[in-house]
Amino acid sequence: MVLKLENVTKKFGNFTAVNNLNISIPEKEMFGFLGANGAGKTTTFRMILGILDPTEGNITWNGKKIDYSTSPYIGYLPEERGLYPKVKVNEQIAYLAKLRGMDKKEALKELDYWLERFKVPEYANKKVQELSKGNQQKIQFIASVIHKPKLLILDEPFSGLDPVNVEMLKSAVIDLKNNGTSIVFSSHRMEHVEELCEHLCIMHKGSPVVHGSLREIKRSFGKKNLIVHADFDVTFLKDIPGVVKSKMTTEGIQLQIEGEYVAEKIFKELSGKGFVRKFALEEPSLNDIFIEKVGAEYE
Amino acid sequence: MNNFWTVLGYTYMSKLKSKQFIISTIITLVLILALTNISKIIDYFESEEKVTVAVKDETEEFFALFKEQMSNINEDIHIVQTTEQEEELSDKVTEGELEGYLIIQQDDQALIKGLYKSESIADSSIANELQTALHQVKTFVAANKLDLTNEQLLLLNSPVQFDREALQANAKSEEELSQTRGMVYVMLFVIYFLVILYANMIAMEVATEKSSRVMEILISSVSPITQMFAKILAIALVSLTQLIVWIGVGYFSIKQNLETMSGGFFTFFGFQDTQLSTIIYGVVFCLLGYLLYATMAAFLGSLVTRIEDVQQMITPMIMFVVAGFMLAVFGLDNPEASFVTVTSYIPFFTPMLMFLRVGMLDLPLWEGFLGIGILIITIVLLAIFGAKVYKGGVLMYGQSGALKDIKKALQLTKNK
Repeated sequence: MVLKLENVTKKFGNFTAVNNLNISIPEKEMFGFLGANGAGKTTTFRMILGILDPTEGNITWNGKKIDYSTSPYIGYLPEERGLYPKVKVNEQIAYLAKLRGMDKKEALKELDYWLERFKVPEYANKKVQELSKGNQQKIQFIASVIHKPKLLILDEPFSGLDPVNVEMLKSAVIDLKNNGTSIVFSSHRMEHVEELCEHLCIMHKGSPVVHGSLREIKRSFGKKNLIVHADFDVTFLKDIPGVVKSKMTTEGIQLQIEGEYVAEKIFKELSGKGFVRKFALEEPSLNDIFIEKVGAEYE
Repeated sequence: MNNFWTVLGYTYMSKLKSKQFIISTIITLVLILALTNISKIIDYFESEEKVTVAVKDETEEFFALFKEQMSNINEDIHIVQTTEQEEELSDKVTEGELEGYLIIQQDDQALIKGLYKSESIADSSIANELQTALHQVKTFVAANKLDLTNEQLLLLNSPVQFDREALQANAKSEEELSQTRGMVYVMLFVIYFLVILYANMIAMEVATEKSSRVMEILISSVSPITQMFAKILAIALVSLTQLIVWIGVGYFSIKQNLETMSGGFFTFFGFQDTQLSTIIYGVVFCLLGYLLYATMAAFLGSLVTRIEDVQQMITPMIMFVVAGFMLAVFGLDNPEASFVTVTSYIPFFTPMLMFLRVGMLDLPLWEGFLGIGILIITIVLLAIFGAKVYKGGVLMYGQSGALKDIKKALQLTKNK
C-alpha cells in the first residue's frame, strides 16, 4: 500500500500552491508533512483525497488513482475541525462511518471502544456543541479512524489539546501505525514529528525544500548544536570561526556550529579559563532545520 | 450510489426530526383544521350573537310584510316594532341594546324608503340585508298597485340569461375555465411556496454543513455532486411528507364536515371537472420548478461562509420566483397577453407561466412540451454548472461578492 505523488503541481490561476512535489509513503509508516502556514499542505491533502485535481502530475495509491471508490480505506482529520454541532455524537459518527462504508452497528461498537479508550464514554449521547473543544477534537479523531482506514491523513491532530490528551492521542496514532495504517501527519510541533515520523518533507511556498528520512536529513544538515554552561563569561565563543548562530541563555550560551571540528576548537579555547559545568554536543533538532530552511527567507 | 442513499436518508431523517420541521408542520395543521372547520367555528361564536333591530314604521302598514321578508333572509336579525322617539332609540343603540334602528317612510309618490341608523356603518351586511328586504316589500307593493298577477311578477323578477361561448372548436367552456382558473391558482401557490420554502431549506442545509466545517469530511467521502443531489431529493421528500400530512388531514377534516355534500373533496374546490392533463402538467411543472430552484439554492448555499449570509445570497433567486408569481397572477385574467407568452419561455418563469398557459388556454401540445424541454435542459445545465460551483464553493471560506465567489469556486474545480 504505497502512496505515491509524482511531479504533482497545483495552480490556482497564476498562483502556484504546490510545485513539483514527489513523495512516496510506504505502508506502516508515518510521514511528516511540514511547512509554514500557507505552504501548500492542505492543498496537497485535498489532492491526495481527490477533492482537488492536480494541475499536473499523478497521485496514486497502490498504483490506483484515489477517488470516491477508495474512500472506505481513507481517513481524514482536517485542520479546521468540523462536526454537526446539534447532532448527538453517536448519530453523527454512525453517519460519517456509513459514508465510508461501515454499517451502523459495527460503527457504534467501534465508537464505544474509542470513547472508552479516550476515557469519555459518557459522550456518546451528547450533542457535539455541549463538549469542550478538546473533547470535540477527540470525537473528530474518532470520526477519522473509526472505519479502520489503510491511509490516514492527520492535519494538526494535536492542536488545542492538553499534554495528557496529546499523549492519549499519540499512543492511538502509534497503535494505528503498528496495525498497518499509512499515516500522513502534519504539525507545527516539531517535537511531535521528530517523535513519530521516520520520513518527512518540509514544504516552503509550494515546493519541497527538505525531503527524506529523519536521520538522513539530520545528518546531511551537518550543523550541530553546542551548549556551554560556565562560571565565567562565554560571550567570546560566538566570534570563533565555524559558529553559525549563537544565543545567550541564563546559564551560558547555545551555539550552532558547522561541524564537530568546531566543537573541538571551542573545547580547547575553554580549557584553563575556569569551571565549565556543561559542555554538550547535540544533533540538530528538527526545529532548527525547519527554521533554517523555511525561516531563513523571512529574515 | 450507496452513499447517495445514505446522505439522502440522513438528511431526510434529520430534517424530519428537527424542531423547526415539527413545529411548522403542527402550526400549519392547526391552521388547516381551523380553516376546514371554519363554518363550525363561526357558528359557535355567532349563535349567541342575535342582533336586534328596531323598526319605526311611519307608514304603519308595511311592518308585518317587512318582518316576514326579513325572516326569510336572515333569522338571526331580530326585528321589533317600535314607536319610541328617535332620541330614545339612539340612546339604546349607544348602550348596545339595539344594533340599530330603521325608519320606514313613504315619499310623495307613495313609494317606500328606508333610513337605517346604527353606531357605525362599517358593518354593511345587516344594512344590506335590511335593504334587500325593504326592496322586496317595495316590489311587492308596486306590483300590487299595478295589479300584476303572481306570474307577471315572477316574469319580471326572473334574471336574464347570459352565456359566453368560445368560437374555437376545442376552446375551454366558461365553466371549465373558471374551474381551471381555481386549479391553476392553487397550483401556482403550491409552486411558489414549494420553491420559496424548500429552496431556502436546501440553501440553509448546505450553508450549515459548510459553516460547521463538517463539509470537508463529507466531501472527502462523498462526491459533492452526489451529495448535492441527495440533498435536493431529500428535501423534496421532506416537502412531500409535509404536503401529504397536510392534504391528508385537510381531506379528512373536510370530509368530516361535508358528509352530506355530494361529490366530496374535489367538488369542494371545484376540481371535479378539471382535465387530467392540467393536473399532470401541474405536477410536472411543480417538480421541474422545484428542481430548477433547488439546484440553484444548493450552489448558492455552498458559496456562503456564515449562515447569516444565506438570505442575502438567495435573495436574487427569490426575486425571480416572486416576479414569476406576480406575472402569473396578472396573467391569470389575460392568459393570451404577449407578456405571458414571452415570459413562459424564460426558464426561470416557465414553471408558473407555461403552466398557466397550458391550464388556461388550448395550446398545441408542442408548446407545453417545448416549455418542459427548455426547463429540463436548463436544469441539466444548471446542475452541471452548479455542481462545479458547489465542489469549489464548499472548500472556500471568507467572502467577497457573489459573482466573484462563483468565479473563484469554478477556478478551484478546474484541473487545467
